[in-house]
Amino acid sequence: METFFANLLEFFFILIGIQLVYTAVRVFMDETNPTRLGSGLFWLIIGVLFAVGEYIPSMISGILVVILGVLTLFKQVNMGDVYNPDPKKADAESDRLNNKIFIPVILLALIALVVATIIPESSASVIGISSVIATIVAVVIIKPKNREILIESDRMVQQVGTTGMLPQLLAALGVIFTISGVGDVIADIIGGIVPEGSQLAGVIAYVMGMVIFSMIMGNAFAAFTVITAGIGVPFVMAAGGDPVIASALAMTAGFCGTLLTPMAGNFNALPVALLQMKDQFGVIKAQAPVAVTMIVIHIGLMYFWAF
Amino acid sequence: MEWIKLIGIVVIVVGFLLKFDTIAIVIIAALATALVSGLSFPEFLSSLGQAFVDNRIVTLFLLTLPLIGLAESHGLKEQAVKIIQKVKSLTAGKFLSVYLFIRELAGLFSIRLGGHPQFVRPLVQPMAEAAAKTTVGELDEKEKEQIKARSAAMENYGNFFGQNTFVAAGGVLLISGSLESLGYHAPAIEIAKASIPIAIIMIIVGIIDNQRFDKKLKNNQSKRNRG
Repeated sequence: METFFANLLEFFFILIGIQLVYTAVRVFMDETNPTRLGSGLFWLIIGVLFAVGEYIPSMISGILVVILGVLTLFKQVNMGDVYNPDPKKADAESDRLNNKIFIPVILLALIALVVATIIPESSASVIGISSVIATIVAVVIIKPKNREILIESDRMVQQVGTTGMLPQLLAALGVIFTISGVGDVIADIIGGIVPEGSQLAGVIAYVMGMVIFSMIMGNAFAAFTVITAGIGVPFVMAAGGDPVIASALAMTAGFCGTLLTPMAGNFNALPVALLQMKDQFGVIKAQAPVAVTMIVIHIGLMYFWAF
Repeated sequence: MEWIKLIGIVVIVVGFLLKFDTIAIVIIAALATALVSGLSFPEFLSSLGQAFVDNRIVTLFLLTLPLIGLAESHGLKEQAVKIIQKVKSLTAGKFLSVYLFIRELAGLFSIRLGGHPQFVRPLVQPMAEAAAKTTVGELDEKEKEQIKARSAAMENYGNFFGQNTFVAAGGVLLISGSLESLGYHAPAIEIAKASIPIAIIMIIVGIIDNQRFDKKLKNNQSKRNRG
């Protein structure tokens, strides 16, 4: 059973590879893209790493990843005039389909939940399974024109863009941190402040570490990689804390930090401009009492639930 | 000299602060960390390549994109707008709470409502302001400003705390992948389930906060009427 699902997962990676190579081809041919060669190469490389990453030597993969960084560093990855959904058409479609439009998106989450509960071994591949089934249902309900689904795939991939690759890269950074012993160094430093074996002190350090690092970086994902290796594992998991519960709460604790920082421009500064507010910190001020309340709740919940 | 190993963290913090290219910053941080920790350059490349390929699972959400794109082009958001517009004759605070709830529900089903530009500005803030006007009367500048800030805040609360209840959310897959690398078994579905209580708590805290706001609007109004 487990081999079956491992193979299935590999199949889904190949599917994503094809998705990405399709985007690469369209980008290469897109004359409205100012850097179509660089952008196409970016998507091609990721496509190759997904489809056949398992079979190419790690060093080659590493070189390819570095090339990705060079391409984005020199601003070679951009978007052309990708088609955007026509609001008039979307409006007409919502009259035609009404609430039926929600069926496939609800199925997407529901199937994953049901399959994962019934067959625990399916673990990660459930997302692939539910995506494929829900997409088929969507095609039946919506009845798109041929190739429309490919065009939508390309549009969404390009819109998610380089930012979409950040979580995977951060996970890889976490591995490098672990190999290099970064976690141990942070653990030594925090160990001087946090009393050994104190579960509550460990929880506070993990939650506050996430809050503060997310505030500084404006990004809870990046903070998660660093703080989990440095504080979460040695002071919460090693003290007997449930890794799933503790780390899930650590991430949302990081989001509380995001609510409090001007570094998170998309969330706290953008609305100030869009809504023509007078106080540039108005959104953060409105969020502050709630964020602080939520931080306290995170500490309590992690302490009582993870142990 | 163990401290030098923290160079990667310094690179990340400074790089993100100065808004350098994020992908490049992360790779440079990895390289710096590996080199000061005694890995050779080829060893670094191999570790990075291996780690990146091993963590492909984190980007599995790409498979959900064709469906979401298709639904969007065929009126997903327009239909959501229609549902929200049916929510009438509420106080401003209650309307904001309803939006918070809908926003979290959308996160559970990975429905992208479009965030501040496409949803808060054209829909949530005008409706919240209209709700306040019909229930308490004319608003002063300060109150209008507060409604704006709150409309944006609901979007952020709902977006942040709802997203991790979806099994293929980027954050969920990052947690799952990172924990597997650290040697813990952490299926994405379990992470998503463990994110449900805090998502519910967020709604409760939001409702309480919005009730306080309603009360404040009412008090302001009766003060104005008296004075």
